[in-house]
Amino acid sequence: MNAITVDKEGFYGEFGGAYIPEMLYPNIRELQDNYLGILESPTFRHELQSLLKDYAGRPTPLYFAERLSEYYKTNIYLKREDLTHTGAHKINNALGQILLARQLGKKRIIAETGAGQHGVATATVCARMGMECTVYMGALDVVRQRPNVERMKLLGASVIPVEQGNHTLKDAVNEALRDWISHPEDTYYLIGSVVGPHPYPDLVARLQSVISEELQWQLREKTGRDAPDTIIACVGGGSNAAGIFYHYLNRPEVRLIAVEAGGKGIDTKETAATIALGQTGILHGSKTYVMQDDDGQITEPYSISAGLDYPGIGPLLSHLFRQHRAEFYAMNDDEALEAAHFLARQEGIIPALESAHALALLNKINFPEDHQVVINLSGRGDKDLEVILRNKGITE
Amino acid sequence: MNRIDKLFQTKSGRILSVYFTAGYPEINSTIPIIRALSDNGADMIEIGVPFSDPVADGPVIQHSSSAALKNGISLKKLLNRLKDIREITDVPLLMMSYLNPVLHYGMEKFCRDIHETGIDGTIIPDMPLEIYTKNYKHIFRGYGIKNIFLVTPQTAEERIRFIDVEGEGFLYVVSSQSTTGTKQVFPKKQMDYFKHLKDMQLKNRLLAGFGISNRVTFNQACRYLDGAIVGSAFIKVLENAPDIHTATHVFIRDLTGRS
Ligand SMILES: Cc1ncc(COP(=O)(O)O)c(C=O)c1O
Repeated sequence: MNAITVDKEGFYGEFGGAYIPEMLYPNIRELQDNYLGILESPTFRHELQSLLKDYAGRPTPLYFAERLSEYYKTNIYLKREDLTHTGAHKINNALGQILLARQLGKKRIIAETGAGQHGVATATVCARMGMECTVYMGALDVVRQRPNVERMKLLGASVIPVEQGNHTLKDAVNEALRDWISHPEDTYYLIGSVVGPHPYPDLVARLQSVISEELQWQLREKTGRDAPDTIIACVGGGSNAAGIFYHYLNRPEVRLIAVEAGGKGIDTKETAATIALGQTGILHGSKTYVMQDDDGQITEPYSISAGLDYPGIGPLLSHLFRQHRAEFYAMNDDEALEAAHFLARQEGIIPALESAHALALLNKINFPEDHQVVINLSGRGDKDLEVILRNKGITE
Repeated sequence: MNRIDKLFQTKSGRILSVYFTAGYPEINSTIPIIRALSDNGADMIEIGVPFSDPVADGPVIQHSSSAALKNGISLKKLLNRLKDIREITDVPLLMMSYLNPVLHYGMEKFCRDIHETGIDGTIIPDMPLEIYTKNYKHIFRGYGIKNIFLVTPQTAEERIRFIDVEGEGFLYVVSSQSTTGTKQVFPKKQMDYFKHLKDMQLKNRLLAGFGISNRVTFNQACRYLDGAIVGSAFIKVLENAPDIHTATHVFIRDLTGRS
């Protein structure tokens, strides 16, 4: 049983809820009333499990990173979400939600994407289910994550570049919400992280919890214990963190660490470290930590990593911070780039720049030699090659 | 008596409420716009507090909002500018804002300060009825501020009745499934929806908003409802207006057919 859950109105303690305009009420209400019943039904579970296994390639390996462990003088395991079909944890959520959307009789899928991983995952499951797919993506992200834009197009999705705000993830969410307001009847909004109005944070956390479910038995097989000493995950909205923390939330002996994007440093304006710099506010339908100015205007975030370039964070993570259940750190662009480069050279694995923020923490914290440290390798770095190579001067 | 209630007591039908974004086109435009609207017969005025992420708004208000923020307006500065507004006009004034700037300002302080300024009501699109009722209603009531709720073509009849019971001032009838913007004419579907609302015999007065842009749509709204709210169309006019007063005069004349 999980004590850290949402209440009936969708709150984790103070955070969460459904702060939506009346235009979205019927859609959100329909989801609130139906998601648990559908998620727990035997047919849904069976279908999702078989898709996760045969289509997405789960379970993903738990890999003991020998050379990394030697270097950092502790025991480091990588949960290989990068090896899923489409190359990131986002597919776990996309598969679950597309089945839900189909069950609700929706015909058209919309999504936002930052790094493009959620967009690709959504375009993929839409192709698989024969559903129409529109993906909103900040115009800046369209440029810096080009390979993913091309994948989405090949998969048959229409990608709409968003030119408001900073042309990044927040602006893509705004446009997706506007689309949903204008198409309330046939459209399902397939959100990519544990953000948005209730029930999305809980829905996405449940769908990502497959990560920690597997981690339990994989660790038992490898170490004889089903829990590690520490788990580290990067946080944009917080879905890969929520997924790998999920089954350990009520096990206080497991240290949970979330790593935000520091951008150029949390003492600069160019950062996306929401917990470090934010205050309680309302963004995208949920009460949570938000980066904002003295007038309550949302500030434009910055990170080299498109998937972490977001001025909010899921309400579950705000709650974990407030309850001191998880620790939060911010790692900067250069630290993430260096960590990506290091993993490539040490282990032959090119991580997504998002995941590289979690890896970078190893340079900041020393873990005891006999500890088991699990890092969520949330995605692979193919999409970031250009950015990593261009910045290679920093890393060598 | 609250000026909104008084308006509906003294006038029935063809009520015109006009929305504009504070701080747009210039940071100093707010008072001249209110004066122009008031002088030219607007029955009610909605002062929009710009927000960085206006998800319920279409391109025109998105643009005016970001321009106003660039001009440097904020809720604090706006209230400061509105200090003496009741010396200029007696027209009911509403403040429209997204929830975050209001919460950041402080809900109690917000209600107190707008009450002192002479604002009669609020529209906060991302503050749902349930959250208002549970957390904030007592504050609004305490200061006599009417918080206006929305109903949409998607709102179930049962919920419309619920909103009508809880709602005050008037109900904001979102005309169609879209964000704010302009439409040339409403199709039959919208007219049926307006008529249906009228036939429900609700306790609150009904003003249509979202999409009203010209005399055709204004008249269509007024056929079954008590009046209409115009926003984007007015902002577009302000954008190119050499003189706010003249532009407002022409706009209201053309829209309502009043002379
Ligand atoms: C590989 C990868 N990791 C992490 C994230 C951040 O999202 P979240 O915090 O929801 O896991 C993204 C988002 O695009 C991603 O692509």
